[in-house]
Amino acid sequence: MAALEVADLSFRYGAKEALKGVSFRVQPGEFCALLGPNGAGKSTLFALLTRLFVARQGRISVMGRDLQADPRAALAQMGVVFQQSTLDLDLSVARNLAYFGALHGLSRREAQLRAGEVLERLDMAERAREKTRALNGGHRRRLEIARALMHRPRLLLLDEPTVGLDARARAAITAHVHDLARSDGIAVLWATHLVDEVAPEDTVLILHRGQILETGRAARIAGDRGLATHFMALTEEIA
Amino acid sequence: MSAYLRAMAAILGREALRFVTQRERFLAALVRPLVWLLVFAAGFRAALGLSITPPYQTYITYEVYIVPGLIAMIQLFNAMQSALSLVYDREMGSMRLLLTAPLPRWWLLFSKLLAGVFVSILQVYAFLAIAWIYGITFPPMGYVMALPALLASGLMLGAVGLFLASTIRQLENFAGVMNFVIFPVFFLSTALYPLWRMAESSRLLRDICAWNPFTHAVEVIRFALYLRLNIEALGWVTLTFALFLALALWGFDPARGIMNRKAH
Repeated sequence: MAALEVADLSFRYGAKEALKGVSFRVQPGEFCALLGPNGAGKSTLFALLTRLFVARQGRISVMGRDLQADPRAALAQMGVVFQQSTLDLDLSVARNLAYFGALHGLSRREAQLRAGEVLERLDMAERAREKTRALNGGHRRRLEIARALMHRPRLLLLDEPTVGLDARARAAITAHVHDLARSDGIAVLWATHLVDEVAPEDTVLILHRGQILETGRAARIAGDRGLATHFMALTEEIA
Repeated sequence: MSAYLRAMAAILGREALRFVTQRERFLAALVRPLVWLLVFAAGFRAALGLSITPPYQTYITYEVYIVPGLIAMIQLFNAMQSALSLVYDREMGSMRLLLTAPLPRWWLLFSKLLAGVFVSILQVYAFLAIAWIYGITFPPMGYVMALPALLASGLMLGAVGLFLASTIRQLENFAGVMNFVIFPVFFLSTALYPLWRMAESSRLLRDICAWNPFTHAVEVIRFALYLRLNIEALGWVTLTFALFLALALWGFDPARGIMNRKAH
């Protein structure tokens, strides 16, 4: 069963078509990079995947659960890291995790246990008591990823998670999430416009002007000229 | 504890924690009604005579009269500030996160609404404590009876705020809300003057005041402080709450709502 299946998804804002017949799948353990220039429709796709709003045409299912027909079962399988930070900066790291755990129905004790686990997983165990405001940008992002794992989702969605971070923090986060896919079998959908975040064995989806232009293994798509050149050329030709 | 109650407790707890960590917000919420009480009302007392009007059984000073109106004003500001923080995206991120919880959306929104009311009630009691020190007191049981009234009025105002947040695409700034929501709602009500006073100057204004749901919120609180239940006012408050909550839920409905225009 695919962790995420999107079939024939279309969406328009008034007259402007933002997504046109988008279809793809992400399998458990697969790291899928959604590459697209700004305005390609990545944010719209994320809004639909997280059920901020629903499309009139097309279908989304998470671990076989239809997001429209059975939203709660589908959402329970999904961890999300939004582009914009959604942490409470005035609260401690542990409090942020506890709040999210409770939203997902975890008891206080269970949430505490899992908070320890997810912080450990992202090498942040020693930060639990710190105020979130005291964390640097890279650690705040890592905390958001840890939080998204609290309810043990099978699918992790990340919308341009490295925006505004320095090179070192970007590399650390990219490595962490690749490891989550590889070692824990979590399906990852990672939206970005930065090709250097993509590893050769990742799956790549190239989204441009609301349509999927190309999909396949990064190494294959890159060919001889490299992913960056290929991506530039592809999105320029159409533009 | 069920997942529903766990989530609600967490949402309330988060709001309470934010409240205690943001002292400026608390002080600002307190200073506004205190200026009205200690400056405006003191100056106005000489100008305005009040006859005995229910629930009062004796002559009262103007300061005593306007306390329920100022309490409702605290809740009104609180509701509008929550609404604005949603409109301005400051809370939109955390709202998006909230809405990915595997619970019905109406429950999450209602919990969020209740959390705002909870904070407004804390502000109200702080205000009542200062008023008490200043010498404006109510029957001791009135402070207890006010609680359900504050819950009703707070829910009504919160639902109006949530509705505004879900529908209005942009409000220029807080001044816009002040001019078009807070001022008309506050001045065209019984917060500052009783209906019969209003009738002396204009029949039309009196009727508008009598229809204004905010008037009913003020009266529910006023009567409760004197251990009396104003059924009619409570009925209007409940009805207004139900109406605006339904409209707000409609606005946040992923299939129709305005959220899609906002995210874009």
